[in-house]
Amino acid sequence: MTLALRQPSVIPGFGITLGFTLFYMGLILLIPIGAFLLYTAQMSWADFWQAVSHRQVVASYKLSFGASLIAALLNLVFGAIVAWVLVRYQFFGKRVIDALVDLPFAMPTAVAGIALVTLYASTGWVGQYLEILGLRVAYTQLGVVVALTYIGLPFVVRTVQPVLEDLERELEEASAILGANRLTTLRRVILPALLPALLTGFALAFARALGEYGSVIFIAGNLPFRTEITPLLIVAKAEQYDYPGAAAIGTVMLLAAFVLLLLINTLQWWTARHSRR
Amino acid sequence: MSIEIEHVNKRFGHFVAVDDVTLSLPEGQLTALLGPSGSGKTSLLRIIAGLEFPDSGRIRFHGEDATDVHVSRRGVGFVFQHYALFKHMTVFDNVAYGLTVQPRRLRPSKAEIRNRVTRLLELVQLDWTANRLPAQLSGGQRQRIALARALAVEPKVLLLDEPFGALDAKVRAELRRWLRRLHDEIHLTSVFVTHDQEEALEVSDRIVVMNQGRVEQEGTPEEVYDHPANPFVFSFLGQVNLFHARVQDGQARIGDLALPTAATGDQPEGHGLAYVRPHDIEILADDSAQGALAAVVEGITVVGPTARLELKVAGARDLIHAELPKSRLRSLGLSQGSNTWVRPLNGRVFVEPGRTPADPESVGM
Repeated sequence: MTLALRQPSVIPGFGITLGFTLFYMGLILLIPIGAFLLYTAQMSWADFWQAVSHRQVVASYKLSFGASLIAALLNLVFGAIVAWVLVRYQFFGKRVIDALVDLPFAMPTAVAGIALVTLYASTGWVGQYLEILGLRVAYTQLGVVVALTYIGLPFVVRTVQPVLEDLERELEEASAILGANRLTTLRRVILPALLPALLTGFALAFARALGEYGSVIFIAGNLPFRTEITPLLIVAKAEQYDYPGAAAIGTVMLLAAFVLLLLINTLQWWTARHSRR
Repeated sequence: MSIEIEHVNKRFGHFVAVDDVTLSLPEGQLTALLGPSGSGKTSLLRIIAGLEFPDSGRIRFHGEDATDVHVSRRGVGFVFQHYALFKHMTVFDNVAYGLTVQPRRLRPSKAEIRNRVTRLLELVQLDWTANRLPAQLSGGQRQRIALARALAVEPKVLLLDEPFGALDAKVRAELRRWLRRLHDEIHLTSVFVTHDQEEALEVSDRIVVMNQGRVEQEGTPEEVYDHPANPFVFSFLGQVNLFHARVQDGQARIGDLALPTAATGDQPEGHGLAYVRPHDIEILADDSAQGALAAVVEGITVVGPTARLELKVAGARDLIHAELPKSRLRSLGLSQGSNTWVRPLNGRVFVEPGRTPADPESVGM
């Protein structure tokens, strides 16, 4: 093993880059998270359990994870379609649409939240018509999903786009010549090639939605048990100087998110291995 | 199944890819579409396959109009230059693809599919790769798998787009001999596109030489090589030396040397260009032969058993290329700078009406 490490390499610098990576990750990521976990660890088990299993908190977990999942799934489908259109077709205004995709990254989330609530309130441009259909978006769980979908849009588009650009046209032509129709080609040739990128985009959109705060709080209305997201509860607790309570809920969020992302990454690694080897 | 191409035109914007091509490709033969890049040979092949639609003209398979038949129903096999294998599928699944995508009522049973794929993999001598992924195979192996995949649907016509273009020289030569043998076994009407004249001459039953979207000549490899229809075909099929000649009484004269002009009938008299292959240039030790031209050896390259000479003929601007066996070179005792005599033995003269020997743009001598 030592021998293998001492092998001279054409791409030197493994030691120094790995060292730097660990140091950097430690400084930026591990130390704050560690401190935060340490803070939580000072609580007694009973206090911790009481803080994290309160009915109101449990309701917020359900909303946060559920709405994030739905939003990420929506982005998976529509993001893939947007990426497809941007890569495959030439049309007037394509560059503008391409630039618009990144807007949710750049806009302050509070601005987005206020814009969304203005649009979707029962007097808003969109909301008044939805009202006729019996659909209420503002101050409902649907509103939470809308906000989370908005902020997650770029992730799937930007991860799928380059992979789709590299996908050879000839693969689709080969499939067609062999007698497959478009749907079969999509299902058996295109989707398997895009799957790793789709999963990555999904994971990113999901993770982003879980932690989102600014754009949601305006449109959600923050009704206890109904439209309160977990990050809001954490902020509320912190504002009441209940730091241990906030830290406890944060810990649950952190662990759950970590486990979910690990799962998605494993799935992604597995599909990548099976589609690109 | 024969293929008839009738007055096919195709443009991409202002670029004319295929310019009023009419061709008939006989059943069971291996035809090469040969031409430089941009000559329209790949566009024509893709139109036959149904991957492109002609702006006008018809494609018929065995007399039946196939112009508007969708690519997935045309019953053609297609082999791409860069294989286009499905990377996430095993070799077996790749070859089976055309069978497994058929509608349920037409689809062969699992056992039948297994049987056919195994037979095809044996045909391309790669049955041991069935469970591998394409990335684990070499380029030559991948192209053979691509061929097996194309044959799996039992196409009536096999089309190959520069099938050996991405392979190295040795694999290329092996694979094209193998393709020839395979074609003799399965006797499918096949068309392949190539820019490599050697490949076309070696493999095909017929050659169609294309240039700027048009067919310059078609015929057997021998016809095309020995009786090129025009200067383009002559210079595209191998290296060529140009000599200016005066055409008179059905003969072309280069200095004191007379060459018969190939074309018959009323031959306009005047200026002509004689096209002579390097191996048709005789190198002489002295000037005893009639019509020999004095030359100086400018360079010698020995490639295996053949020696290639670059010669400067007095009064000519361009160098003359000659080819001779290495043994002959040795017996002549030539080296760089030697004086020698050359004589074109064989050549083809194309008369250029309206040009005179005094034309300032003359080539050669």
